[in-house]
Amino acid sequence: MKKRLLILEDGSVYEGVAFGADQFRMGELIFQTGMSGYQEIISDLSYYGKIVMMTYPAMGNCGINRDDFESISPNVFGFVVKEYCETPSNFRCDMTLDEFMKLKNIPGIADIDTREITRKIRDHGTLKAILADEDANVNEIVEMLRNRELPHDGVQQVSTHKPFPIPSRGHKVVMIDNGTKFSTIREFNVRGCDLVVVPYNMSAEDIMAIHPDAVVFTSGPGAPSDIWETVETCKTLLGKLPLLGIGLGHEIIATACGAKVVKMKVGHHGNSIPVRNLKKNKVEFTSQNHGFAVDPDSLKGTGLKVTYKALNDETIEGLEHETYPIISVAFQPEAAPGADDCKYIFDDFCKMIDERSAK
Amino acid sequence: MPKRTDIKKIMVIGSGPIVIGQAAEFDYAGTQACTALREEGYEVVLINSNPATIMTDAVVADRVYIEPLTLEFASRIIYKERPDAILGSLGGQTGLNLVVELAKSGILEEYGVEVLGTALEAIEKAEDRDMFRELMYELGEPVPESVIVHTTDEAVAFASQNGYPVVVRPAFTLGGTGGGFANDEEELRVICDNGLKISPAHQCLIEQSIAGYKEIEYEVMRDNADNAIVVCNMENVDPVGIHTGDSIVVAPTQTLTDRECGIMRASALKIIRALKICGGCNVQLALDPNSFKYYVIEVNPRVSRSSALASKATGYPIAKIAAKVAVGLTLDEIMNPVTKTSYACVEPCIDYVVAKFPRFAFDKFPKGDRTLGTQMKATGEIMSIGRTFDEAVLKGIRSLEMKTDHLEQKDVNALNEEQLWDKLGKCDDERIYVITALLRKGADIEDIFNVTKMDRYFLNRFKQIVDFETEIKNNKNNLEVLKQAKKMGFADSYIARAWDLTETEVYDLRKENGIIPVFKNVDTCAGEFVSHTPYLYSTYEHENESISSNNKKIIVLGSGPIRIGQGVEFDYATVHCVKTLRECGYEAIVINNNPETVSTDYSISDKLYFEPLTIEDVMHIIDLEQPLGVIVQFGGQTAINLADKLVARGVKILGTSLENIDRAEDRHEFEEMLHKLEIPQPQGQTAVTVEEALVIANKIGYPVLVRPSYVLGGRAMEIVHNDDDLKVYMATAVKEISHDAPILVDKYIVGKEMEIDAICDGEHVYIPGIMEHIERAGVHSGDSISVYPAPTASQTVKDTITDYAIRIGKGFHFVGLFNIQFIVDKDEKVYVLEVNPRSSRTVPFLSKITGVPMSYVATRCVLGESLEEQGYSEGVHPEIDRVFVKAPVFSFAKLRSVDTTLGPEMKSTGEALGGDDTLEKALYKALIASGVRIPLHGNVLITVSDSDKQEGLKIAKRFSNIGYGIYATKGTAKFLQENGIYVRCVNKVNEGNGESVVDVIRKGRVNYVINTMSISKEVSQDGFEIRRAAVENNISCFTSLDTANAILRVLEAQSFTTISMNELED
Repeated sequence: MKKRLLILEDGSVYEGVAFGADQFRMGELIFQTGMSGYQEIISDLSYYGKIVMMTYPAMGNCGINRDDFESISPNVFGFVVKEYCETPSNFRCDMTLDEFMKLKNIPGIADIDTREITRKIRDHGTLKAILADEDANVNEIVEMLRNRELPHDGVQQVSTHKPFPIPSRGHKVVMIDNGTKFSTIREFNVRGCDLVVVPYNMSAEDIMAIHPDAVVFTSGPGAPSDIWETVETCKTLLGKLPLLGIGLGHEIIATACGAKVVKMKVGHHGNSIPVRNLKKNKVEFTSQNHGFAVDPDSLKGTGLKVTYKALNDETIEGLEHETYPIISVAFQPEAAPGADDCKYIFDDFCKMIDERSAK
Repeated sequence: MPKRTDIKKIMVIGSGPIVIGQAAEFDYAGTQACTALREEGYEVVLINSNPATIMTDAVVADRVYIEPLTLEFASRIIYKERPDAILGSLGGQTGLNLVVELAKSGILEEYGVEVLGTALEAIEKAEDRDMFRELMYELGEPVPESVIVHTTDEAVAFASQNGYPVVVRPAFTLGGTGGGFANDEEELRVICDNGLKISPAHQCLIEQSIAGYKEIEYEVMRDNADNAIVVCNMENVDPVGIHTGDSIVVAPTQTLTDRECGIMRASALKIIRALKICGGCNVQLALDPNSFKYYVIEVNPRVSRSSALASKATGYPIAKIAAKVAVGLTLDEIMNPVTKTSYACVEPCIDYVVAKFPRFAFDKFPKGDRTLGTQMKATGEIMSIGRTFDEAVLKGIRSLEMKTDHLEQKDVNALNEEQLWDKLGKCDDERIYVITALLRKGADIEDIFNVTKMDRYFLNRFKQIVDFETEIKNNKNNLEVLKQAKKMGFADSYIARAWDLTETEVYDLRKENGIIPVFKNVDTCAGEFVSHTPYLYSTYEHENESISSNNKKIIVLGSGPIRIGQGVEFDYATVHCVKTLRECGYEAIVINNNPETVSTDYSISDKLYFEPLTIEDVMHIIDLEQPLGVIVQFGGQTAINLADKLVARGVKILGTSLENIDRAEDRHEFEEMLHKLEIPQPQGQTAVTVEEALVIANKIGYPVLVRPSYVLGGRAMEIVHNDDDLKVYMATAVKEISHDAPILVDKYIVGKEMEIDAICDGEHVYIPGIMEHIERAGVHSGDSISVYPAPTASQTVKDTITDYAIRIGKGFHFVGLFNIQFIVDKDEKVYVLEVNPRSSRTVPFLSKITGVPMSYVATRCVLGESLEEQGYSEGVHPEIDRVFVKAPVFSFAKLRSVDTTLGPEMKSTGEALGGDDTLEKALYKALIASGVRIPLHGNVLITVSDSDKQEGLKIAKRFSNIGYGIYATKGTAKFLQENGIYVRCVNKVNEGNGESVVDVIRKGRVNYVINTMSISKEVSQDGFEIRRAAVENNISCFTSLDTANAILRVLEAQSFTTISMNELED
């Protein structure tokens, strides 16, 4: 068994067992509390730049199958687990987690006291971290971690470079790809939408030239401050078309409306996080993956009102506009992985497009 | 939504006696519910017939009624108490059935009693097979092809159309009682006949078999505002086909992708919403291992064994929250009681793997059918927590106390390959040992999969463990291997065997090299939020979360899995001890591994360690906590058995010292001590060989009582009548007993058995009560009906017993509880049978009826407070002016091929209490509560051995006098007829072509069967078949004439007799 190190910016070093690829990149170490869906998680492009640590200890039990990816080229910077399974079992299993990570250049480390590090992150906030070989110069690496900034080019890295259609005969929806999940596309697909997926930096003018019925800002890595051009596009589109924002897309819409987006201490990364639906006064469970949140104090005068709040820490999880047809949610209504209580949001959005078209 | 203010008084229904399929989990649920309701300010009235429970403590509810859970008695209580509402969904199937019965009788409506929690309509929808299937069709949820039948012919017709195999599930029964798989028409007819009889609704579901599918369970909750959550999902290691209560279960699911989890979750939530469940609910699903195809197997609209397991597995207290939801609160306004920093509207995330293992009673029923199927057979269970599957499994195995510390079992290891494959095909309770034995012999995973259909993931993990055994064996004293072995969960004792060291040497080697476990918190949130509840488990990792305080600390050892002979009574005593310690200002730390119990509710103790009760695991905690000492006397034999090892490692045992425990348990020392105290005991000696035993037996004269020393619940105890039987006994029973414990051969004295529990502070003795057993000596005390106050014992006998108890308490220097069993012969001479230096089965019973809080007082004695200081002066507690009867409850219907004859080996799983102002009334209540039916008219079948004929005649006469008809087999019939009793003679089992004795029972012609074994103890197949037929047809069978006499007293008290004037003169 090859050993490997997990080094954090606070100088702590954890020794574990190497698996996956052996190309290391500095990333932001976050914990994910989902007990299933590791394949979806590591292939979710929103995790670009992140080293994902799973709180649930047993990973890879079902191996990797061809169907459950959320992207073609996963971009997580590292995968930290207690244990990965070398003898997976599932009727759809095509390869082991280890094989897949080697194939996709994702380094992993196992046999780590993930709970200890989770508690550390919970108390101190997320940390910069990197995986390293057993014989690496730890001091040098810690120094590097302290001095280097986390990447801000996530969306640039993962967004499509060219627009492409996913044709159908329904509403024409432009999807601004910040690193979209396949499952988001799938939801529009099953509702018969005629999708055009476009790069994050396509101008509002070019988008309007497609004559869409609605525009979707997808989830993706980083914060709106990394992609001002997308925020500008959004500003131009406000009030012109029904808009849906998911994850990063939600933050883009909020920023475009004038609200402030702030970094959270640990973020929300889990498969089943309770949120209160303020309209129905009911709790719903959501799949979440966001490290930034809308500052509630900055909403005044933006025309935005809160539609969902996290049950436990009251983070704003959803917004809508008082006058414009806008729905935005910080969570992932398409689920995959995790709870799909809020899939109806896609129906609501399609209804919004219907109503708009009827006018 | 705020809680309801229009209701004030709530009646809660308990689950009654412990039977297979309904055990301590409902005491846990009920206690939580009552506590939660009182927390919210409601007045709680409780009814439960099981005295051995925490929930029936006067402090748990405002008013406690220990009465039979029948329409008759529940109605009386409603009439007397006039509750505003009733809550039955926390009392298991028994509680639910009673609420339904009450509602149907109209009394709830008449007195304006509202049913809280899930509406009755929903309960019916979930439980009635027809309605359930209709609902599933409506929702588009798949159910296997099936048909509801009311006759066996309908079942056969369905099966011939849809093909075999089929599953038979009787409606409205506990733990799948009476169900099973049928591979052909013959089997189907047998199972279906039986199922129809057992089902209170006389209906069975005949279902396409989906055996081999993955069995997945979802524990879900919903409130009245339609918030619905998944508390936990669980996967059975055994596929569909083996009852989940008998399966090894892991949480969370291990072999499901997120898509499969999503499909199951959506299905479970859809169902709970459609049913409008208000509270907890269990949804069982079957998932095809080769596609996304799934079926809904069943829905339990109440808390269950699985919900207790899910509560302990996640930390989320389902029953407590269910009770709050029942009174109108919503999940999003209740705080999560574990974290106290987040809400109860949460789907817990866990960061460990939980394994549950069933505990079976086949060690006590060697002749029982061990095959596992749809009918549950386990009496209890253990849960273990590890950071990996391997660790959870290996910790689990050593928690079971099945004389193995690893995935291996001596007898199974001795089998050859062919025998192993053969045994694997039978799928019995030892299958996991068979699998590992085969893996050790190099068997292919695919071949094992083809037989067991256990997911290859699990089989591969077992293989991983087996492979590492070789690694251990080949690397003696290698620290890296040692560390890896401990991470995987291997026991020190296993490593010690492999390395030819002592267990202590391995322990010390580890300690010297820093290979010690850390403790992690169970917190419902995988560490995401700060948690304030010290609910801990061990693992070999880096960070230790268990902070040892500077308080005065005491560790209390629990009693492990529930088994025959060690039931919920010991948990009762443990919980009281813990409460007392806390009240006296000590930090009380509990170690236990039983997920069903109240003692493993983290709110009971200051700190809960969910760990195996082995010396290694207990010592880790002691090393960390440095307690003042350990209390072992409340945790049954499990805890007592650890005492010597603890002392050997320098740990202080609080209460009765190890020396004095040994003095009571070691035969020689015990004899010497009694001799010194001048207290008689039946003549007897110990033997280690057959020859010795024969010599002793011939010296003291047959019949003799033989048993191994250090036994639990009279395991392997028998009355032997001649040399041949003794040889057989020594050859068969003894090998099960560990070699360092000799066999006791005692004179068997015919007489009445008496029993006391007492408290001693080292100087003085206080005896709360003297109990008398209805059945004469020879029937295990746990299986006897016991009565308080002793109804037939003279004052002289009582005085002698009191005197002996005091002498024994002082002589043995007991500190805390002890129990003595006596035998009184016809000349009123009192002998001591045994002394147990610990809490006993009868402690809750006596505590409740005499009002002496025994565990409380005993714990204070253990802490150094004298009886006098507590206000108790030496002697016996004044007798209570009311009669109480404790009746045993058996689970024979669930254990095929088990002989129901009562003897020195304990067979009952639970008990019920009846109390009233006369013995007859109390007996009536106790018997009714224990499930015996008492019709005032009917027929009785009497087949007794020759030596019992005279006594049998008297009994027959009395039955006849109150108008009962008598059936008998030839021998008995002839004798009775000769003595002037009208008898219907029936054929023996395989005799003639008329109606046989078994037919009479199967057809329900008789209400009781009285059957005694011939004294020569030839294995009488007839008798066995009669008894099994009775059990399987739900007819009470008495194998002791004393029990029959007791029933008669009850019947006579309620009947008019017709006796001619001539007879009066006799």
